[in-house]
Order: sequence, then C-alpha cells, then structure tokens
Amino acid sequence: MTILKKSVDGATPKAERQAGPFRLVFRDGLAASAVAFLVFVTLCAVFGPILIGDLATTPNFRARNQEPFDLSMGAAYFLGADTLGRSLLARLVVGARNTLGIAAAAVIVSLMLGGILGLIAGYSRGRLSGLILRLADVIMSFPSLLLALIVLYSLGPSITTLILVLAITRIPIYLRTMRAEVLEVRERMFVSAATALGANHRRIVFRHIAPMVIPTMLTIGAIDFATVVLAESSLSFLGLGIQSPQFTWGSMVATGRGYLATAWWVAFWPGLMILLTTLSLNILSTWWRTYSDPHQRWRLELTRRLQRRIQR
Amino acid sequence: MFKFVFRRSTQSIGAIIALLVLVFFLARLTGDPAYLYLPLDSTDAQRQAFNALHGYDDPIYVQFFRYLGDLTQLDFGMALSRNRPAMEVALEAFPETLKLAAIAMALALVAALVVGSLAAARPGGLFDRLATTSSLAGASAPDFWVAIVAILIFAVSLGVLPTSGTGTALHWVMPIGVLMLRPFGLLTQVVRGSMVGVLSQPYIKTARAKGVGRRRIIFVHALRNALLPVITVAGDLTASLVNGAVVVETIFGWPGIGKLMIDAIVQRDFALIQSTILITAIAIFLMNILIDLIYAAVDPRIRHQQA
Repeated sequence: MTILKKSVDGATPKAERQAGPFRLVFRDGLAASAVAFLVFVTLCAVFGPILIGDLATTPNFRARNQEPFDLSMGAAYFLGADTLGRSLLARLVVGARNTLGIAAAAVIVSLMLGGILGLIAGYSRGRLSGLILRLADVIMSFPSLLLALIVLYSLGPSITTLILVLAITRIPIYLRTMRAEVLEVRERMFVSAATALGANHRRIVFRHIAPMVIPTMLTIGAIDFATVVLAESSLSFLGLGIQSPQFTWGSMVATGRGYLATAWWVAFWPGLMILLTTLSLNILSTWWRTYSDPHQRWRLELTRRLQRRIQR
Repeated sequence: MFKFVFRRSTQSIGAIIALLVLVFFLARLTGDPAYLYLPLDSTDAQRQAFNALHGYDDPIYVQFFRYLGDLTQLDFGMALSRNRPAMEVALEAFPETLKLAAIAMALALVAALVVGSLAAARPGGLFDRLATTSSLAGASAPDFWVAIVAILIFAVSLGVLPTSGTGTALHWVMPIGVLMLRPFGLLTQVVRGSMVGVLSQPYIKTARAKGVGRRRIIFVHALRNALLPVITVAGDLTASLVNGAVVVETIFGWPGIGKLMIDAIVQRDFALIQSTILITAIAIFLMNILIDLIYAAVDPRIRHQQA
C-alpha cells in the first residue's frame, strides 16, 4: 500500500494534493448534493417565509385536496394542497423555518449546558464531578422520547419547553465529550506552564482550555443536529411537540395521516423533507469523519480513476 | 465478576429510584385526574370525593411517602383508567413489546453484520457505496413517516398487509420492518467502519498470505475483532429501540408497553405511568448489565476485576 501511495503521490499535481475541504467536497458527488440541498433548505427557511407571505395559512377552497404536479392552480400548488386548500409548497417552506429553528436552538442550548457541565466535571474532579456524571447516566439510559413526553405533558407543550426538553435529552453527549477533552487537555504542558506563571482558574479555563475543545464540540453539535431534527419531528408527530396553528414538518405528517387514503401527498412531502435533511446531514458528517481522519483522508483526495487503479 | 455485577446493580437501582421520584412529581404536574374521570357536569363536591377516594387530596409529599411505603410491599397502585392493578396491566403489555423489539434487533444485527462486512471487503466499490447510502438513509429516516408510507403502499394501495392490530403473522411484517430500520442503519455503519479498520491490520495480511479463503478471513478472522464496537453501539441502541417502539406501537395499534405508556400519560393514570416506567427502566438496566457481560466474554482483556 505504501509503495502504491508514493507512486500515486508523485503522479498527483501539487495543487490537487493540498485541496481544502471546500474543493474536496465538490469532488464527491453525494457530499456535494448534500451540501447543495442543505444550503437550499437553509435559504428557504431564512428567506422563504418573507417571499411567500401568508400563502401557507390562507385557505383556498378551489384548491382543496389539489393533486401534486398539477400546474392549473399556479406554481405555488405544484406539490398539491391540503384539505383546506392551503399550498403545501408554502407550508413546507414555513415548516422548514420552524423545524430548523427549533432544532438549532435546542442544539445551541444543549451545547452550552453540556459544555459547561462537562467543563466542571472535567476540571474539578471530586464529588460534584461524580454527581454530574451520574445525572448523565440517568438521562442516557432512559428512552429520551418518554422522558420528553412526560415533561412536555406536565409543563404544557410550548416552543420554549420543546426546545428545553430536546436540549436536556442531548446534554449527556456534549457533557461526556467535553469532560474527556478537558481531562486530556488539562494535563498538557502549556496548562502547567500557565499554572506556574500564576494564572487563575478562570484564565486557565477560558484562555487555555476552551479554545482547544471548542472545535470538537462544534463538530459534534453539527453531527447531532440530525438527531435533534428527528426527535422534534417524532414529538410533534405524537402531538406533544409544536401546537397548532404553528407547525413543523413532523406535525404536518401527523395532520396528513388522517387523509392517507384520499390525499397521500399531505403526509408524504413533509416526511420526505425530514428524510432528505437528516440524510444530507449524515452524509456530510460521514464525509467529515473521513476527511478529518489522517488514515482515511487519502480516499477523498484521490480522483476516482486513481482509486480504482489502486484497488486493482 | 460477581463483584462487578453487584456494583453495577447498586448504581442502577440508585438511578431507577431517582427516575421514579422524578416521574412521580412530573406526572402529578399534568393536572387533576378528577376532571378526566368524572363527567363534565360533575360538581366540586363530587370531584373532591373522587380525589379523597384515591388519596389525591393529601399534600404531595404525603402521597409520595405513601407511594414509597406501598412499593416496599410490591403494591404499585390501581390503574384508574382500567380499574385493575397497574402492574398487572403493565406486565401484560411488556412481553408484546419485548417480542417485537427482540425480533427487530436480532434481524437488524444479523443484516448489519452481513451487509457491513461485505461492504468493508471492498471499500469504495459499488456494493459499498450502495450499502453506505442505504444504511445512512435507514439511520436518517423518520420512523413514523416510513410507517405511514409503508401503510400507504402495502395496505392501502396493494392491500397485501393489514394496516394495524395483531393476530396473523402478516401483522408482524410492517412493525418489525419499521422498527429495525434505524438499528440496522446505525449498526451497518459501525460494522463497516470497524471492519475497514480491522481488515487493514497486519494479521489479516498474514492470513491472506497463508492462503485463507476470502470469506473465511472476513467472517472468521476479522469479524471477531470488529465485533467490540458493534456490541457497545447495540447496547446504546436498546434505549432508543424503546423510542421507536412507542412510535411504531402507536401507529400500528400494537398492544405493547410503549402505547400503554402514551395512553397512561394522556389519561393522567399516575399509577400506570409509574409502573410502565419502572418496568421499562428495569428492562433497560438489565440489558445494559447483560451487554457489559457479553463484552467481557468476547474481549478477554476485559475482566472487570478493577475499575
């Protein structure tokens, strides 16, 4: 393998070998389409609602149960309409904003809470650290959906509780990673040097340890985003997440479930959007794992023809 | 070994008690059951009588200590919504979920081992790319949507499978298919990843040089070493399998513990909520201990004496 690799390296032009992540991602067709889709959905979520106005909530009885791929009612009804004649395309755009917004908020909250708790657990060993870890164990070992159901039902479903519940169930992931990273970094030479120079705890934590662990945490947050989208959709589908008149893709599937035999498209499109979004995120995170692993990275850096030649 | 099991059990029991306390107080925040169980035109006096009968008029800490006292005598309270002992109802539903989950998990594991190993045998090949993409799709798919689309295709359009309920063997096909999707997707990724790592190790090259057959190298030499991360992830999946069971049972009308739990929460049936949660928690903790023991059996380096 080493000999092969060397000869290949010799044959590859220098500029291509040092290609950054942005150039490499577009060489992989699947990863490139995932990026394109995510950019498209994000743009829809941010700017879409401004463009479409109140189309998503306006009933249009002439378009009731309009079938998809029929342009007689105009492009807004290209994906069909629900039983009240509301354009599904417009509802998907507004649903994108709610779905992605809630998931993003939940990821940010759990990233911060988990990060802080993990920092405490890693930096100050002792009783408090043990207690925090036990708490993470309890959350981890219990089905998150059930805990979320009970909390949402007892506190009453609102967007704030939904975000908090989603965040709490994901805290252990960040907490454990943060703790492991901090435990490792705090033993490094530069931390000892800072201690020797008289830096206090706050300075060590924020100036020396935090910059080292934040990139890892952000990566994990990005990877976890797909899980949170799925969790929010499940909760909203079961009727304990977002409440009407507001809606996310998950609650749109729940609405459409009742009209499955007569209007399949009402439940189909929002679910497909969830699938495509989480799939794109997962494709990208797999790609990123390969990219950031020095042993695997060469697979991405080679052109496909060269790869095939190696495998022969 | 015994010491390890004992230590893990005491930890788990602590966690279960913490969970029960949490659920006890959260459940009582959901509201007054009297409004649900008495007719709409019932008077305040009737509601008070109802609450006095079931002990809901006492201060919450009195209720809590009474609950703990009853627990020590294995009295889990009556399920309001069914007028039967709550634990009896929960224990009736539990095997239904267990059967569903066990079959789904076993199928997912076998399928993941085969597909993941074959994909790792030729990384970057056509089968690998197919397997990777489909397993990613399996892990990313919203299970409730897959269930609905499956009903749409197999029950509504083709009419070959029943939409919901239990009874014949055909009733099992869709719930198991939907439930195994996510574990299959995640496990295939893990099998493939750890298999690619193991297959690049020198001892595999030695085996190949000795002339061992390709299939034997993959499924005998490499798989044994690639199995460790798979067991870890399979263990983590048990909790998320219950998540899936809640959704699948709700959609397919499966009389399991997941559906029972949702019904109990919506019906403010406190005793039933607590009993179903207790059973699920015990099952998950037993499963975790079992996973640790399997782990030790597969990897001789781990013997759990210290740590």
